[in-house]
Amino acid sequence: MRGTEDAAKRFRETVLPCLDDAYTLARYLTRSTTDADDLVQEAFARALRYFDGFTGGDPRPWLLAILRNCFYAWLRARRSQQGEPLPDPEEAAAEATADPWGQTPEDPEAALIRIDEAAVVRALVEALPEPFREVLVLREMSDLSYQQIAEVTEVPIGTVMSRLARARLLVKRAWLARQGEEAP
Amino acid sequence: MSCPDKSVLLHGMLDGELDVVGALAFEAHLKECPACAAEYRRQQAIRAALRRPELRDRAPDALRRKLEAALQPPRVPWWRRLLGDWRLGGAGAAALAMALMLLLVVPRGGDDLARQLVDSHVRSLLAEHLVDVPSSDRHTVKPWFVGKIDAAPPVVDLAAQGFPLVGGRLDYLDRRVVAALVYRHGGGHVVNLFVWPQPGASDAAPTAETEEGYRLLHWVRSGLEFWAVADIDLSELQAFQAAYQQGAAAQGMP
Repeated sequence: MRGTEDAAKRFRETVLPCLDDAYTLARYLTRSTTDADDLVQEAFARALRYFDGFTGGDPRPWLLAILRNCFYAWLRARRSQQGEPLPDPEEAAAEATADPWGQTPEDPEAALIRIDEAAVVRALVEALPEPFREVLVLREMSDLSYQQIAEVTEVPIGTVMSRLARARLLVKRAWLARQGEEAP
Repeated sequence: MSCPDKSVLLHGMLDGELDVVGALAFEAHLKECPACAAEYRRQQAIRAALRRPELRDRAPDALRRKLEAALQPPRVPWWRRLLGDWRLGGAGAAALAMALMLLLVVPRGGDDLARQLVDSHVRSLLAEHLVDVPSSDRHTVKPWFVGKIDAAPPVVDLAAQGFPLVGGRLDYLDRRVVAALVYRHGGGHVVNLFVWPQPGASDAAPTAETEEGYRLLHWVRSGLEFWAVADIDLSELQAFQAAYQQGAAAQGMP
């Protein structure tokens, strides 16, 4: 079947090179390497199924939007299994105006242990609520434009901008708290 | 404390999303406002930390290999190459996507007949494997089987009943070559009807099975064994079975 073969070849050439971007987002969203693995596989299977709908251009926003949808479906399934209510992303976004790093570390000793700086930054990003985590990862790790982030997260550009500003503010506060400085 | 109304501009500047006029205006503001200038420098430092390459993940090699393997065109078995090279054109990426999904999520193993049938059904959805003789004309499909298989199956077009005939194929199951009739249903679904002779077997009414989420319907009629496999509702598969048997009877099959 020529058509299918061509589609598979085109898919290999355009979508497969985005694997690292997909895996990076999956890892920050799930905060787990095994779950990220599963999520990426599911997203690629779904992407291949919907490849007809890909209209060209940068394949990353298209693929990452699919991955993000897979993630929220997975999260919903997992939370309903565990009987947890799924927080409304908008609500989570509103709640996060409170500073999640306001409190002192539970174990003061832990703060003194020398940790690799990249690991610290990763932990800061992973601690962000999902709406902020995803825009920050899409912007800083995948280098997507505001417009592309808006496509992936299905919110207006204005919301992308305010979430990004909020995400960076949260990271900054946590960062300064770690350095023992006074947050302005 | 930086100017609250400049926050969006500050981040826009940082991300290179301001137009020339906006960027110039903001740079002018940075010169006048030490608070915003300090905040801008701090955000630049944070951004540099966030952009460290260690924070981007490289997909594990095992995952990469698995995806690459699933995207390779399937290898054509030697006996199929000997049998011929007829193919159905253009079935789109949907079937391949489905096959990919199955390759990724369905655990392999087990060799009972139902699993083999489902495997064969799934393989048939892969590129180059749906039909060997693409035709909706039973007078083309039926003679094609003659000489390639012990008993050519009754070939019935069921387009009027919602199952248009796509063609026929030879398949290898349970260490023998069997006939497979391929029908479409409801757009994307494919029904594979596997048929092989079972001399001396008494007629058996259809019995349903489910394997890996696929429906199987098995029956015996006139010394032929039939297995219909599809991912459609059981009631639809039963309707298919009834329509096929009726059509076969009309062709003189008892």
